[in-house]
Amino acid sequence: MAHFPTGPIQQVSGTAIAVPGEDIDTDRIIPARFLKCVSFEALGDQVFADDRLELSGEHPFDQARYQGASILVVNGNFGCGSSREHAPQALMRWGIRAVVGVSFAEIFYGNCLALGIPCATAAPEQIKAIQAQVDGDPARSWSFDLASLQLTAADSSWPVSVDPGPLDMLRSGRWDATSQLLDHGPQVAELMQKLPYINQFAAE
Amino acid sequence: MSSGTLYDKVWDLHRVAELPGGSTQLFVGLHLIHEVTSPQAFSALKDKGLTVRCPERTVATVDHIVPTTSQQRPFADPLAEEMLSTLERNCQEHGIPLNNIGSGRQGIVHVIAPELGLTQPGMTVACGDSHTSTHGAFGAIAFGIGTSQVRDVLASQSLAMNKLKVRRIQVNGLLPEGVSAKDLILHVIRHLGVKGGVGYAYEFAGSAIEALSMEERMTLCNMAIEGGARCGYVNPDQVTFDYLKGRPHAPEGDAWTRAVAWWSSLATDANATVDDEVVFDAAAIPPTVTWGITPGQGLGIDETVPSLDQLDPGERPIAEEAYRYMDLQPGTAIAGVPVDVCFIGSCTNGRLSDLRAAADVARGRQVAEGIKAFVVPGSEQVAKAAEAEGLDAVFRAAGFEWREPGCSMCLAMNPDRLEGRQISASSSNRNFKGRQGSASGRTLLMSPAMVAAAAVNGRVTDVRTLISPSAS
Repeated sequence: MAHFPTGPIQQVSGTAIAVPGEDIDTDRIIPARFLKCVSFEALGDQVFADDRLELSGEHPFDQARYQGASILVVNGNFGCGSSREHAPQALMRWGIRAVVGVSFAEIFYGNCLALGIPCATAAPEQIKAIQAQVDGDPARSWSFDLASLQLTAADSSWPVSVDPGPLDMLRSGRWDATSQLLDHGPQVAELMQKLPYINQFAAE
Repeated sequence: MSSGTLYDKVWDLHRVAELPGGSTQLFVGLHLIHEVTSPQAFSALKDKGLTVRCPERTVATVDHIVPTTSQQRPFADPLAEEMLSTLERNCQEHGIPLNNIGSGRQGIVHVIAPELGLTQPGMTVACGDSHTSTHGAFGAIAFGIGTSQVRDVLASQSLAMNKLKVRRIQVNGLLPEGVSAKDLILHVIRHLGVKGGVGYAYEFAGSAIEALSMEERMTLCNMAIEGGARCGYVNPDQVTFDYLKGRPHAPEGDAWTRAVAWWSSLATDANATVDDEVVFDAAAIPPTVTWGITPGQGLGIDETVPSLDQLDPGERPIAEEAYRYMDLQPGTAIAGVPVDVCFIGSCTNGRLSDLRAAADVARGRQVAEGIKAFVVPGSEQVAKAAEAEGLDAVFRAAGFEWREPGCSMCLAMNPDRLEGRQISASSSNRNFKGRQGSASGRTLLMSPAMVAAAAVNGRVTDVRTLISPSAS
């Protein structure tokens, strides 16, 4: 079984896979019928299920040359729609460890971050060029370095961006926010004292 | 940077701490959970040896997977049954109130929390469902989260968040007769795009918004997320207070007076600063229907499917994909497009006023031959109220099926779904490829009254021709 991200994320290396298209929503990444589960475990096989069905074998996720890829390259507003974490879970369980694209929907972005999967952005023309390189040579190894914010292959290197907050969380290993949040338990209690609705607006 | 808006005030009141790296730990005032996005969160909690910090600020219901024909247990679908029994077990183990089937309070999470008075102005509301933006109708800051975040809220009653910018959507004037909040939001998304709201909270303001009922405001805020805005809100006013008064979880007596004063203080100041503002003229908004595969691909009822040269270059690839998928060609008039299935319901348009609007169209008419039409009330309370005024009878007499409450064919996790390439007229919120349960099924989004009009004519119809024939 593949190792899922743990601890500080400094670099993601491996081959890449491009899924072109604007506004690819989370219903497409994982159709709702696969949400009928109480565990995420089986989702890796079901990623992009309907798109793959529609393209009958021609979808990148079905093509032999992209198997084993760990960096997904997408276009604009990737992951829009439903908040289902099943979408990044399905991608992660298929093998994806980083996503590079023009832009991401916010909930999807946060869900990826909570799994230790960096989402990096770059200008549309640059993404198209990266996708072309990926398609031209699927066996090419890429390295996404979070310190230098470069996506690098043997003969090319592209600058990418990650917002400072998420970048810090990924590089420091604090992307799994639970323990940090729990550290401030007393402050939560204090704040609850001050919010009038917590006590049903009781007289002070 | 915005200041003095409701968003700024509520954010500041709920800020627990600044986290390393620049995000904020935000307290969650109301955490709503359901059967689809919570089981893995409870498992993770168990794995980490944690428990639920504030079960009294957590409320559960079951909505996504419930069948709408018979809700007898066990459900026919063993996976659905497993999901509900898992939720029941988790709620019982952690002392979380569950509004279960038959309780009189079950329904779509974004329908029941408002009707129980759980959603109140000035709260932060989180739920593992993107349509949590609905609760912004009350002047709450409400947003959808993923399952890892559900785990975090269960454990700590808080979340790591980054502050959004605020865009005011100013809608002046009044909506014309036959034009609803659904048309308004489809119109807004059509013009600002499905990614236009990314990074923003949408503040809906102006005379057209102030004139909306609470249920209409919920429809509006519900679809903020379809415009990319994770939350949308309307400032609380007398309409808000009138709706809340007397609901089971609303404050009473002196506490009510104090609550109204506090809620009123949170509304955006007259001299507030917003990051962006866009102005719409309500009178110019027509009944709006989507033709494509994103909620931004909308058309006024008198318009035709756009050709590529009428679109911005950035919109062309998705339009080309939509022509193919929808089998609708540029130049096709949207009015008159034949439909197969008509669905009235969902967290967008499954409330009593939605059913009344649809029933007004259905009354005395018949669903066209060959059309499957069904109505799914948003909650047990909605169903009861609708039945009390005879709406179920109106729908049945017209040939609609009257179902039990749930999310139903909005996302088709239950047995209600499109077959093959069927095309639906749907009062729900998403027309994504495959959304309604068939990998090649097609969805036209519209208001519930427009769905009823499509049902009786068998094709997309301007509802104004049915409700006020003298007006045009």
